[in-house]
Amino acid sequence: MRSIQILKERKRQIYHKGEEAFKIECGKKSLAGSVSQRACVFCGSRVVLYPIADALHLIHGPIGCASYTWDIRGALSSGPQLHRMSFSTDLQENDIIFGGEKKLYQALVKLIDLYHPNAAFVYATCIIGIIGDDIDSVCRRVSEEKGIPVLPVHSEGFKGTKKDGYKAACEALAQLVGTGSIENRGKYSLNIMGEFNIAGEAWTIKKYYEKMGLEVAAIFTGDGRVDKIKKSHGAKLNVVQCSGSMMRLAQIMEEKYGIPYIRVSYFGIEDMSKALYDVADFFKDNLQIMKQTRELVREEIKAISPEIKKYKKILSGKRAAIYVGGAFKAFSMIKALRTLGMEVVLAGSQTGNEEDYKLLRDMCEDGTVIVDDANPLELSKYCLEKKVDLFVGGVKERPMAYKLGIGFCDHNHERKISLAGYSGMINFAKEVYSSVSSPVWQFAPGRRGGYIKDESP
Amino acid sequence: MKALKKEEYTPTKNACKLCSPLGASFVFKGVANSVPLLHGSQGCSTYIRRYLISHFNEPIDIASSNFTEETAIFGGDANLKLAIQNITKQYKPELIGIASTCLSETIGDDVELMLRDYKKNDTGKKQPEIVSVSTPSYSGTHIDGFHAAVKSLVDSIAVKGNKKAKHINIFPGMLSPADFRYLKEIFNDFKTDYVMLPDYSDTFDGPLWTEYQKIPEGGTAMKDIASMGDARASIEFGRILAEEESAGKLLKERFEISCFSLGLPIGVNETDLFFDALETITGKSMPEKHIKERNRLIDSYADGHKYVFEARAAVYGEEDLVVGLASFLSEVGIIPVLCASGGKSGHLEKKLGEVIPDLEKKEITILDGADFMEIGEAAKISAPDFLIGNSKGYKLAREIKKPLIRVGFPIHDRLGGARIIHAGYRGAQQLFDTISNTIIALRQDDSPVGYTYM
Repeated sequence: MRSIQILKERKRQIYHKGEEAFKIECGKKSLAGSVSQRACVFCGSRVVLYPIADALHLIHGPIGCASYTWDIRGALSSGPQLHRMSFSTDLQENDIIFGGEKKLYQALVKLIDLYHPNAAFVYATCIIGIIGDDIDSVCRRVSEEKGIPVLPVHSEGFKGTKKDGYKAACEALAQLVGTGSIENRGKYSLNIMGEFNIAGEAWTIKKYYEKMGLEVAAIFTGDGRVDKIKKSHGAKLNVVQCSGSMMRLAQIMEEKYGIPYIRVSYFGIEDMSKALYDVADFFKDNLQIMKQTRELVREEIKAISPEIKKYKKILSGKRAAIYVGGAFKAFSMIKALRTLGMEVVLAGSQTGNEEDYKLLRDMCEDGTVIVDDANPLELSKYCLEKKVDLFVGGVKERPMAYKLGIGFCDHNHERKISLAGYSGMINFAKEVYSSVSSPVWQFAPGRRGGYIKDESP
Repeated sequence: MKALKKEEYTPTKNACKLCSPLGASFVFKGVANSVPLLHGSQGCSTYIRRYLISHFNEPIDIASSNFTEETAIFGGDANLKLAIQNITKQYKPELIGIASTCLSETIGDDVELMLRDYKKNDTGKKQPEIVSVSTPSYSGTHIDGFHAAVKSLVDSIAVKGNKKAKHINIFPGMLSPADFRYLKEIFNDFKTDYVMLPDYSDTFDGPLWTEYQKIPEGGTAMKDIASMGDARASIEFGRILAEEESAGKLLKERFEISCFSLGLPIGVNETDLFFDALETITGKSMPEKHIKERNRLIDSYADGHKYVFEARAAVYGEEDLVVGLASFLSEVGIIPVLCASGGKSGHLEKKLGEVIPDLEKKEITILDGADFMEIGEAAKISAPDFLIGNSKGYKLAREIKKPLIRVGFPIHDRLGGARIIHAGYRGAQQLFDTISNTIIALRQDDSPVGYTYM
């Protein structure tokens, strides 16, 4: 793939372990003209708040942003399904000239009267500030009139990266937290954060905590409910998954309510077990909790081990590439792939920070390529150079992998298969196995008897 | 017939439309060696890529000029130029197709002016052609972005050469890659030269690769677009489009190329008009192969007519697709009891009247500027036997427990959206078989006996 050149401005966002001293630039805005796999501020806010199922999510702007995010996540709800609807003020040319506040007001009132949500989130899209709409005051007015929280989310697409969208979402959530009663909240309670209940994953995790003897006060935001979020400040610990999305809220809750937080990952046997032990350790005044945790972990691992071994036998020595939104997920994935006997040769994320990449470097073998905010050209170049058998990523990476005859495992928020927890590890192994081992790749021109490149003189 | 009119503002609930830059992206992906560039936030390009990828299952690179806060304040000039430079460097395209977004339009970026300025500072190196189209998402829908991009391309690139060209221009509109392949086959069978714009039959439905293709092979060649000014005639699909500005009309005004404005050729009646036009322009008669295809189709109409007779269909999608489907459904005896679109050209009712005999007397509800909640409300009254449209109607189909026949774009919950043929006798054959069999399957499944002969 000599034909693919890395843009000069992008070179500092790519690191080859073992070949050069560590230095990687990250947290930068994407380069104009480079086909970034990232989205925008709005996307960050939308994905974080999306799973709150009894809230109204109104997107203020022209139609595109609402159309493209209708029913977009596999986030399940055990009750209301309002989050799976797409609502837009659908601004037209006249509104751009005269402002969209009136429409926003009317839209909110009509939708609240129709659906009786327990709260409403109003997402500002790119043009809202520019046309001079004061969404804060419209939200205040409607909130007073309708008696429910109506929260502005300042998620104008261009005002930063997806991470800034997470922050805006956390700040909106922080306005809800602390507005409900926390009577009767037990001593051994926690909030699950950064878990979006994709394919019911939050339910799996919640069950683990309950088996350990803990009470789950609220889940941010998987199968989320406004009332539980309002009361979530009664919990004694915030357990934060996912590197970027919920850290801001955890920090706010620590400052405001003195609730400490720990960071965990529920992906892979190693990190899943560590998460449960870390939580048990926090509540160490209760010895029963640690005892129950040990039992739980032992039983769960025992249950899945035979099957994992079976997959490991088949997958050992295969090479994988990982490209995910947040870098934290990449760490767990490297470990999980190692559990299956696989080697990670390319790892990257859309939004990792320097600390993340240092950790990544420490985890990876020499020769691994580490990339920040990569584009399809770069990803494909390194996939071929590193002879990758499996790509783990999101929908946008999938066709690239398939075109090159590379197996693929979907690991973003659109997937419909639970990958968290111990049962999730089995699903992950199955996913990887079914793509890497498929006989269809025998017909892939790039893979016939190995890579074509190898066969050329 | 009843045309429902909205009196007051209501927010859009589950939109039956997409934004105009998406339509423009389709068109620019249908030109050879071209990269679409959206002038706006990163999200626009990423969301549109993801939306297209979920339908086509192909890598789809669409660049962005990546607005920041400074860009929004001081204008997108520097970003646009940097984006053009970077795309040129990395992709070496022949064309960069720029579509504006609501953001760049709202801050008042004049892309045309920026481009004139950019072209002035010529570095001497070979530069790609750059064509821009104004596609603010607060105006119109994706189909308007589609037609506007086609028109912009023709406006900027098509010229009148000296030689006497014999080819026909074909502006097919937003059909599937399989439709495009079939249309090209028809032109080839007529043994006539043609230029089709756009042509994403390969770029959106290509083979596996041995190495990553920066720009997938295929698409209308730039030199062919240039030659559109020399054509002997243009054919343009879309009865709604016939009422609006278009590439075909532009060529007629500028170069006096006669333009045959036809409906989307769905079903026998509309397809006959297309073949009539081809016969008129070329002076040749319909090739035997297509006569036979038409005959087989009509034979199957006879075989299946009783199953589908007076079946009730709810049709939705782009206005021109709705008109085309309604024409086809009517000719086989199915009543399109609900015809709905998120588009709002103002011509839907009139155009449906042209293709549905006695529209006035029939119980048909027409909805334009509609979202899926309104379509759902109307469907509960119209009581269709099945829905026909893109996969975003699945939620409604599930709710009213009626089958959904997937056509058009997007199809996000099935494979093969790119391989559906809608147009021509062949498309009608696919549609007729699918619809008949769906109805037969319902009867069979509902039957307490479950006969194996139907």
